[in-house]
Amino acid sequence: MLRFLLRRIGLVVPTFIGVTFLSFILIHLVPGDPIEVRMGEHGIDPARLAALRHQLGLDLPLWRQFLDYEIGVLHGGLGQSVVTHESVWREFITFFPATLELSFCAVAFGLLVGLPFGVIAAVKRGSAFDYGLMGVSVTGASMPIFWWGLMMILIFSVGLGWTPVSGRISDMFYIEPWSGFMLVDCWFSGDEGACVSAGSHLILPAIVLGTIPLATVARMTRSAMLEVLGEDYIRTARAKGLSIWRVVIVHALRNALIPVVTVVGLQVGSMLGGAILTETIFSWPGVGHWLIESIQRRDYPVLQGGTLLVASLVIVVNLVVDMTYGMLNPRIRR
Amino acid sequence: MSGAENPSAATAVNAALPMPSAARLFWRGFAENRGAVIGLGVMVTLLVLAAGAEFFAPHAPIEQFREYFLVPPVWEEGGSWSFPLGTDDVGRDVFSRLIFGARLSLVIGFSVVTLSLTCGTALGLTAAFVGGWVDSAIMRLMDVLLVFPSLLLAIVIVAILGPGLFNAMLAVAIVALPAYTRLSRASALAELARDYVTATRCAGAGRLHLMFSTVLPNCLAPLIVQASLGFSSAVLDAAALGFLGLGAQPPTPEWGTMLAGALQFYQRAWWVLTFPGLAILITVLAFNLFGDGLRDALDPKLKR
Repeated sequence: MLRFLLRRIGLVVPTFIGVTFLSFILIHLVPGDPIEVRMGEHGIDPARLAALRHQLGLDLPLWRQFLDYEIGVLHGGLGQSVVTHESVWREFITFFPATLELSFCAVAFGLLVGLPFGVIAAVKRGSAFDYGLMGVSVTGASMPIFWWGLMMILIFSVGLGWTPVSGRISDMFYIEPWSGFMLVDCWFSGDEGACVSAGSHLILPAIVLGTIPLATVARMTRSAMLEVLGEDYIRTARAKGLSIWRVVIVHALRNALIPVVTVVGLQVGSMLGGAILTETIFSWPGVGHWLIESIQRRDYPVLQGGTLLVASLVIVVNLVVDMTYGMLNPRIRR
Repeated sequence: MSGAENPSAATAVNAALPMPSAARLFWRGFAENRGAVIGLGVMVTLLVLAAGAEFFAPHAPIEQFREYFLVPPVWEEGGSWSFPLGTDDVGRDVFSRLIFGARLSLVIGFSVVTLSLTCGTALGLTAAFVGGWVDSAIMRLMDVLLVFPSLLLAIVIVAILGPGLFNAMLAVAIVALPAYTRLSRASALAELARDYVTATRCAGAGRLHLMFSTVLPNCLAPLIVQASLGFSSAVLDAAALGFLGLGAQPPTPEWGTMLAGALQFYQRAWWVLTFPGLAILITVLAFNLFGDGLRDALDPKLKR
């Protein structure tokens, strides 16, 4: 087990270096000198430009610059925003809980709806429900979620007036940020109205973003269940007189869950990509919204640092998923 | 597997009868999947519409009718047959723009898939044939690309190269690269261990001949499936970039860009928002269904 862990962690190191290199080199591809870009239209006199270049190490050879950048990153130095002059890390930390809260609720929605649907479809294989569900699943996987979000707003917010259009909470409430998770903070503030407001703001974006995992979970659960239901121990359990639903839930589902959970874990990348679109549509103040704004403001340090942090997050989650899987399933440890 | 005869038994019994052609066998497997046939039908329709856009569209995509702002679709009150799906905020016919948008989306999908398929396959075959540090370097690079959420990477690339349709297509193609590279490398490695490759090598075939004439044709099935699924994600990603203002720029009738332009009017005119998105959904769905059918027909190993 230890060897498996070490080898898996060893593989992460070159990937991480590659990721930092890519984020470093991409920013160097931006046309124009970084200082002149930062100074904007006002311009800067040549002597001061040279001094600044020297001060920031921009006159060093590229490999030295990369080395300095890499060392900086490893010490947590991701530069600071050109617009707010706040450090990129601090900004990320303020926006990240919103994205985490949204993604968590989206995955929860996907699992809560997708698991039972997948199980029922597998048990009633070939029925109208099965075909209908698979149709819905492939439609969900093909859905342009930016449009899906707009349609949900059009129907539920504009048409029926059930939910608010954008943001995390109504302006009427001020909740002291403590954990950064709006629902948790509202809960501890004891303000019932604030809780309802936060919940109603969260529900549409969570459903929209949850469409991605929902389609995958339903499909994966169905195929994993079909495989498990054909096993001998299921027949044994049925033969000793257990009811079909007890067999399905207690004996089959537990084994079918392993691939489903793995797939959900590995979807973190596409979830974060979807969060960019969902947050843009719902003006949800999360990491995706922050990154899109940084592009509009040409705030390259934020774009660079934010992208690097998101990629690192994906690396860590993939590592954790792999290790959990390795612990659950000794066969892949080889 | 229902419906398909056991091939060895069939040949033994019907030795005198000619074997059904490969194309017919493929179609038999493919037509079993009703969704795939529907997908194919939609694809053909789109192709015809896109090819004859000038013929099918009642108006030019950027023609503005200044007296007809935000006219509703024909079945709503105030709609007219000259604008079947209504007009947008500057009086352009939504239906005509959608048809020209179909042409654009198919071109985007086709270019992106061609680019990433050729580059990815070349990289994957190189990795498999050369091996050693070249293999490691290529595959680690693909690992790095895979770590970035694909949409985020595409956004960053476009943000740096500058917004526009061409750069968006390039970004989407780069993002799609790892799938083809990994797939072609894995299938090439599997083929390399086979006897027929050794035989060809003993017969004195050069490395390039071995790569492209001997091994590649036998790796094509999974690549074709991936390409048809990649087509749909290319359309989807390009539309997302257009929606974020990073892809095709207005007044280009690209579906995602049309959606972005319609955002201000969504409370007053649902049709400018609904139809472009529906067009994206239908196109992507058709290619996904078709891809699933292809996979089932071409590669029984991957059967669900």
